[in-house]
Amino acid sequence: MTEESTPGYKNNVSYQALLLGGFALLSAVLLIFGNVSTKDVIQKMLLEDTRKSVNHVIPGNIHDNNLLEDKISIKYKNQEIMVYRAKLKNTVSAVAFQVSGQGYGGRILLILGVKADGNILGVRVLSHAETPGLGDKIEANRDPWIYSFNGLSLENTPMSDWAVKKDGGRFDQFSGATITPRAVVNAIKSGLLFFRENRDTLIKEDTAGKPATSKGKHKQSPAGEVS
Amino acid sequence: MSNGYRTLMREGMWTNNVVFSQMLALCPLLAVTGTATNGLGMGLASTFVMVLSGFSVALFRNIITPEVRIPVFVLIIATLVTLVDMGMNAWLHDLHKVLGLFIPLIVTNCAILGRAESYASRNSVISSTFDGLMMGLGFTFALVTLGVVREIIGSGTLFANASLLLGDVFSFLELTLIQDYKGFLLMILPPGGFLALGFLLAGKRLLDRRIEDLSTATSSASLETNAVTN
Repeated sequence: MTEESTPGYKNNVSYQALLLGGFALLSAVLLIFGNVSTKDVIQKMLLEDTRKSVNHVIPGNIHDNNLLEDKISIKYKNQEIMVYRAKLKNTVSAVAFQVSGQGYGGRILLILGVKADGNILGVRVLSHAETPGLGDKIEANRDPWIYSFNGLSLENTPMSDWAVKKDGGRFDQFSGATITPRAVVNAIKSGLLFFRENRDTLIKEDTAGKPATSKGKHKQSPAGEVS
Repeated sequence: MSNGYRTLMREGMWTNNVVFSQMLALCPLLAVTGTATNGLGMGLASTFVMVLSGFSVALFRNIITPEVRIPVFVLIIATLVTLVDMGMNAWLHDLHKVLGLFIPLIVTNCAILGRAESYASRNSVISSTFDGLMMGLGFTFALVTLGVVREIIGSGTLFANASLLLGDVFSFLELTLIQDYKGFLLMILPPGGFLALGFLLAGKRLLDRRIEDLSTATSSASLETNAVTN
């Protein structure tokens, strides 16, 4: 570059510091501007994602409320689980919540819809990093396997059946991939256990949107709490 | 002047292509090219950042001193990438779900810093912006080529989910080339990316040598005819 023609002040440390500081300030201003102008849209998109996934496992004809607004957060095994409740005439008809399992390529995130009587309405995979072509058969649009859980519950299926066939259970594994379906089965099982333990809290009716006094050992949070 | 732009164009697209010649940006390249659509999306996002970074680095090139140039360039590029990330999450949300993981990788894309350092910091704003565009398009070309090869061999489709990226108008791009294809898993996994890239590089070398041979052959042939006529 043109080093001989560089004016003396440019070699000053304070010039360098000011230059770097100035650019940092400029970046910060730009990022604040960007954040402000995209924040609301992103929030709306994320809410839309949740709505779509909840609608997958809870059919529209069993509720007349806004699922996304009727949610409670429950502490279970050091985790906050956000439960969306479907209500028909103010009676809880079903709930939907996320469960996760450790798959072959990382965490598998599922959404589980459970009817008030404990039967599974539907399960869908929200995100996973399993091997394409082998483990991704857990996706509903690739393989009907995930539908085999519909209608099952801890009551109509013995505890020992909640495993893949290789482990003595009743669910198919995929050829070449056992870890993935095993993780999904375990995640669903633990989700049902969570539902059974918290059933009273989950399907309790609350009057006029206000939480009834908590009876169980689990504290109930008011609906609409920030997740 | 137009000759200079033509040179920039040829360099960006072919002779000095980010991937095929400079061998830069291989990390995002191998990560996203499982399908042609993902490659196109990543390429367009990178091109956008490259154009803006070429423009802004050239704009400030006279006040930036050599001692602090690297942190300033990194700051500029990181800001641009973060803005693209936020914008994409808001307005191209479905694509962001696919590419979101790789957008922050653009910051570490040495091709962008490399162009800022070797071209934009010593050339005018207009030609730096143009250089960014051409380098970016060259990168996109490489990504799409690799994506096409891997997608056809790996899943038997072409431009799957292109409508998510480009809108429903472009859904005609989505082709299933091989019906009831069971897929060739290796090509979708990272090793397949390395294999396909290796063959593409070899192919480019071969093509370049052919062109070179052809041009020397014609020049020597013309020399011979000259000798004969003399």
